[in-house]
Amino acid sequence: MSKTLVTTVAAGALLATAIPAMAQDASCPIKVGVLHSLSGTMAISETTLKDTMEMLIAQQNEAGGLLGCELEAVVVDPASDWPLFAEKARELLTVQEVDVIFGSWTSVSRKSVLPVLEELNGLMFYPVQYEGEESSKNVFYTGAAPNQQAIPATDYFLDELGVEKFALLGTDYVYPRTTNNILESYLQDKGIAAEDIFVNYTPFGHSDWSKIVADVVALGADGKKVGVISTINGDANVGFYKELAAAGISADDIPVVAFSVGEEELSGLDTSNLVGHLAAWNYFQSADTAENEAWVAAWKERMGEERVTNDPMEAHYIGFNMWVNAATAAGSTDVDAVRTAMYGQEFPNLTGGTAVMLPNHHLAKPVLIGEIQEDGQFDIISQTDEVPGDAWTDFLPESAVLVSDWQELECGMFNTQTETCVQIKSNY
Amino acid sequence: MILRAVLGLAMLVVATVAAPGLRAQAPEAPIQHLLQEHGEIIAKSSRRTIGPAIEALATSGLPEAQVVLERWQAKEMWFHEETGLFVFAEEVDRSTIKIFDIADGSEIGDVPDDDYKQLKPNSGIRGLIGGALVQFQLSDPNPRNRMRALNAIERRPEAGHLAALRGAMEGEDNPAIAARKARLERLLTMEFDESEEARIAAIEGFAGDLGVDVRAVLNRMVATRRGAAAEAPEGADIARLLTPGSEDLSLADAYGLLVSAELAAPRISRDAKRAALVANIENGSVAGIEVATLGSEGARDLAYAALAEAGVVEPVATEAQVAEALEAHVFFERYVAAPPGVAQAAQVALGAIELRLGLNEAADLALDALSLASIYFLAAIGLAITFGVMRVINMAHGEFIMMGAYTGYVVQLFVSDYTLSILIALPLAFLVTFGAGVAMERLVIRWLYHRPLETLLATFGISIALQQLAKNIFGTQARPLTAPGWLDGSLVFNDVVSISYIRIAIFVLALLFLALFLFVMNRTRLGLEVRAVTQNPRMAASMGINPDRINMLTFGFGSGIAGIAGVAIGLYAKVTSEMGQDYIVQSFMTVVVGGVGNIWGTLLGASLVGLLQKGIEWMNPSNTLAAQTYMILFIILFIQFRPRGIIALKGRAAEA
Amino acid sequence: MSDLAIGAAPRRPFVARHPSVLIFLALLALFTLGVTILAEGFGIGVISTSFVKTLGKTLCLCLVALAMDLVWGYTGILSLGHMAFFGLGGYAIGMWLMYARTELIVIESLSAAPLPPTPDEIRDGIANQIFGVVGASELPPIWAVAHSLPLQLAAVVLVPGLLALVFGWLAFRSRVTGVYLSILTQAMTLGLALWLFQNDSGLRGNNGLSGLQNLPGLGGVPQSTVSMWFFWGSALALGLGYVLCAWVVSGKFGSVIRAIRDDEARVRFLGYPVEAFKLFIFTLSAVIAGIAGALYYPQAGIINPAEVAPIASIYLAVWVAIGGRGRLYGAVIGAALVSLLSTWFTGGQAPDLDLGFYRIQWVDWWTVLLGLSFVAVTLFAPKGIGGLIDLITERRPPDRHGADLGPEPGALREQEADAK
Repeated sequence: MSKTLVTTVAAGALLATAIPAMAQDASCPIKVGVLHSLSGTMAISETTLKDTMEMLIAQQNEAGGLLGCELEAVVVDPASDWPLFAEKARELLTVQEVDVIFGSWTSVSRKSVLPVLEELNGLMFYPVQYEGEESSKNVFYTGAAPNQQAIPATDYFLDELGVEKFALLGTDYVYPRTTNNILESYLQDKGIAAEDIFVNYTPFGHSDWSKIVADVVALGADGKKVGVISTINGDANVGFYKELAAAGISADDIPVVAFSVGEEELSGLDTSNLVGHLAAWNYFQSADTAENEAWVAAWKERMGEERVTNDPMEAHYIGFNMWVNAATAAGSTDVDAVRTAMYGQEFPNLTGGTAVMLPNHHLAKPVLIGEIQEDGQFDIISQTDEVPGDAWTDFLPESAVLVSDWQELECGMFNTQTETCVQIKSNY
Repeated sequence: MILRAVLGLAMLVVATVAAPGLRAQAPEAPIQHLLQEHGEIIAKSSRRTIGPAIEALATSGLPEAQVVLERWQAKEMWFHEETGLFVFAEEVDRSTIKIFDIADGSEIGDVPDDDYKQLKPNSGIRGLIGGALVQFQLSDPNPRNRMRALNAIERRPEAGHLAALRGAMEGEDNPAIAARKARLERLLTMEFDESEEARIAAIEGFAGDLGVDVRAVLNRMVATRRGAAAEAPEGADIARLLTPGSEDLSLADAYGLLVSAELAAPRISRDAKRAALVANIENGSVAGIEVATLGSEGARDLAYAALAEAGVVEPVATEAQVAEALEAHVFFERYVAAPPGVAQAAQVALGAIELRLGLNEAADLALDALSLASIYFLAAIGLAITFGVMRVINMAHGEFIMMGAYTGYVVQLFVSDYTLSILIALPLAFLVTFGAGVAMERLVIRWLYHRPLETLLATFGISIALQQLAKNIFGTQARPLTAPGWLDGSLVFNDVVSISYIRIAIFVLALLFLALFLFVMNRTRLGLEVRAVTQNPRMAASMGINPDRINMLTFGFGSGIAGIAGVAIGLYAKVTSEMGQDYIVQSFMTVVVGGVGNIWGTLLGASLVGLLQKGIEWMNPSNTLAAQTYMILFIILFIQFRPRGIIALKGRAAEA
Repeated sequence: MSDLAIGAAPRRPFVARHPSVLIFLALLALFTLGVTILAEGFGIGVISTSFVKTLGKTLCLCLVALAMDLVWGYTGILSLGHMAFFGLGGYAIGMWLMYARTELIVIESLSAAPLPPTPDEIRDGIANQIFGVVGASELPPIWAVAHSLPLQLAAVVLVPGLLALVFGWLAFRSRVTGVYLSILTQAMTLGLALWLFQNDSGLRGNNGLSGLQNLPGLGGVPQSTVSMWFFWGSALALGLGYVLCAWVVSGKFGSVIRAIRDDEARVRFLGYPVEAFKLFIFTLSAVIAGIAGALYYPQAGIINPAEVAPIASIYLAVWVAIGGRGRLYGAVIGAALVSLLSTWFTGGQAPDLDLGFYRIQWVDWWTVLLGLSFVAVTLFAPKGIGGLIDLITERRPPDRHGADLGPEPGALREQEADAK
């Protein structure tokens, strides 16, 4: 808490001295675009983030705004319709002339927005864990890259639980596909044979899980400890966990670690039969720090006692505060100036430690592993030091040679083998 | 370590002075002392390094060791962050804990939790602790602790457990536990006994056993390693010979074996070749060949060969050399996990299990298919009435299912007893959707009886309106609908064949509705009138039947059944505003494939769709989406060739 | 068509018989001109580029609605799968756009390498760029001709056309009609969507094809200009499509398909090959839908399987029904009105409606309103919005030329029936 206070005071002090100098280059009010679906299938996840942004902006205005200006949230609804994301992003940047956008949840919506951002040189903060293999000059990725969630969780399976055989279950879309691809390659590097990795993809909202759960149980027949890595998305998890519970699979026999199941998702479930199964995130509501306590209290006060906080909310919290500090440091909300000032920005995590913005537009954040408890919360049983996010994974041969460095190399896709920049703009 | 303990002692003095109200812990107690010796690794809490600490506790002979291990396992042990002293603690509230001495369990008092850190052994460490506790718990008077010990052995069998288990078999009075002990003893004998005969006897004792535990042990024992040699090796431990290029050993793998055994030269990847060429560019050419011409693999091969000739790079194997090397060597698998005799016996036992396993897997698949069929049937039975009998296309049928499910959810909000709430929810869901169905028939459908395509569109409009309405009321997030406790778990025939009780309940419900449908349609006045009205409404009207009333009731009946189906589906899957959409197309397919207007056709249709889907899933287990795609494709083709379904009505009824 | 003309009064020109075509074309030209003047690309910049894109996309939706009207309004086949053809057209053009753009990037990046790239390396590079994101690195066989614009353009027409031809041939041959056909077409689009959703099918699964608004080799041209090109293209396509549809539904051919709609069995007894007529219309409309899709998605920027989900096709039917089926301008009005209204309401611009006890937020309630208005149109105004135009035109004296068609006095005359 005190640290935040110091930062705020410092920012305030900086602000007070800087106001006269920059009154001319920042037009008031400073507009912040919020591009999250408020209707359609993704509304449930994204509406929370819209509320988060509104709360953050209100808090910032109470603390004196930014560069002497009030902040104003410009909220649009892309309605879970991916082409609409591009359209709304263009509208935000050209018609509303916002200075920054906080938005998107699914990978496909991000890919839809990317060309518009790069064409118009916008700036977006993307708050959700994602599959990596992308680096855009105009996007800051405040969610986890695979090496900040999937790889540490797999290490945990290998080292701590002694899992020798893996079932990678996922919903059939890009995040699970790419993540599982990376994991397969990683596991084989670690000496797990290809036949000890079972992969299955199911459609969105899948409900008939009996066969798949039976397949997983059958994996144990050759005497190796089986673990499930789940990238199952959204409400399909309800059926999956129900079937898991019905089959009487305890976390001690076949542990399940999920990358897309957080506090929100568990609220649709009776978790008494799931105690001990795992999830990996960079944030859990149960994190025991003073900052988090204040954050959760502020959220509950604004939104209601029954509401929970989750990982993408923390990502926006860090991203927004970093943007505020970067704009303050740059003395302007100009995209290029803010981008330059972003590198090396530090901000305290809600889970303890400090997040740092790296030149590849990813954060260095700690990785947490939590066990599901009866009350639908997670008991944090493992917390690593800060792991720097990696845009291009080291575990796929094509990507291992690529690095992203927008500060020194000014290239998001630099081939270290040929020492050339493959491309400046993304290929979406 | 000792230094740390001393330091801890000194710190403790400070801590005691700082908090005079608290009774001191006993840092000199032997158990605390022992823990302090391993304090660092215990605090680090990683399965990789924790071994010595658990080992030391387990073998310390201290009477408190068992309690300490148990409470550590239960996440009840904390330590002071400065002194490193361990205590037991209970959380009083978010920031206060009540601590107890670990030596004698006596209460020390309430303290703020800021200075203390909870030990959170992960499930790997908990397993290790469980293993260490086996020796204490196997003969524990409390049967639950004995079961725990057996679980621990089962999860992590060790050679050391065999003697302990044999020692604890005597005097077991609980028959269930005695049986488990006996089985575990045989399993451990199979894997760890010193005498080969005893192991083989144990293996033979398990002939035909389908248990996953048995197969796990057997499979571990028949583990092999691949090898390659110039001559066929002698020895009993050779499991089999492999032919390169066969299904078991690809040519590339075989050559890889040779390379790793240093029996052949490696091949070079395209990238490595390019790197080698790049490294040897001199004045715009490689080995005298101009760089600009190296735009094809053939040219690069030549350049590389030229470099090799010049001795700049290692020569690589050509295709011919690879073939020759593969020809010149034999490939084999060698038993590595057990003596050859035991491994062979295990192999034989596994072979005998194989066939039974296959049969049982087929049975399990059939059960799954049956269950899926009953779910489709349940979802479609309402439609079999509204569409099959009345020929009304109701696109909002899926939303009636959803309404039923939400009714269940709302009932559970008010009635917390799950059994009671389901008993209330089932009839209530029927009433709610019956009402909705009647309202819809009165307000919309009856005006459109002669315009079936318009019915389709109008009911679709209702469908999207209802869906959005549900979103506005209940939100987009899945809502919990929890089955009563007696429906938890599953009916287990053996380790392969099992089915969850909730699915059995759905199956029974589907049968009940089939019976109800048949009874109403064939044995009641209503059914007679319904059939009369659908066959010839004018004639029926002239016989004194009120077709309006009958249509209304029939439609309500079909809708009501959809509501009950909704409760059942919500119990096994999820309750969302979009759940109806998951079933509507499949339900129509089920009815159309089966043959419109015949309940047996619907039953057949559901069975066909369920069986087919599971069959395709079985063939391609890694992609469930593909199964659904091919099933739809199959249905499209099926309808093209048999447009009236499996059971086609003949004669006049078909034209109605 | 010529046999009908024999013995009849001399035929007047096509546009004279169909004044609505001329009116429509004039309005469309006016609209295009207006947008051009107001837009950023070549005009004064009152209309933003994003709105130009919305308008351009709306024109494409009007075109696919025309196709839908052709099959449903005129021929009576309620296809609930026409957006599948629309999507296929989009995928066909999207493949070329992605491939060509990626090829340029790969060649440029490889040209800096010390060795000249081999064809294999270029292909692998492209595959990696396109499929790296979905965890694959090989170009699926389905992309075999993606490098060629003419072939992919042919695919825009051929793929939807062939699918419609095969599907229609199977379905019509088995005499699958009415609601059965509707369900079957819905199954077709569901099957296609599920297939596209799979990563293994080689079209990037759920991610679909993206970045389609960037034309290969034209990176320097601003989107404000590109958007106008596509706007013009869409307007042209809609104009041509309208004339084509009007021509198809006029004359004897048009009479036959309307007769099929009204009573299929009788037309069959009269000796017409009903199946062939239906198949022709079904395939033609699929081709039109494919072309509309190929123009739509480069403006949308991204295509993914959700675009061909069954719901999209049902909305298409909704547009046509609300606009008024069986009349071409009805389809256009319906598509334009409902899709623009949808954008407006779901975009959060519509002001909330305060009822005192409850505040109606249109983001939440628009779909409910749409669904209910759809029921209302079906029940109370089967002619849709186009029916309003009847109120105006029927005030004018009928256009009576040619011989009486029926025995009673006052029966429709030839020209009149022809024009309807």
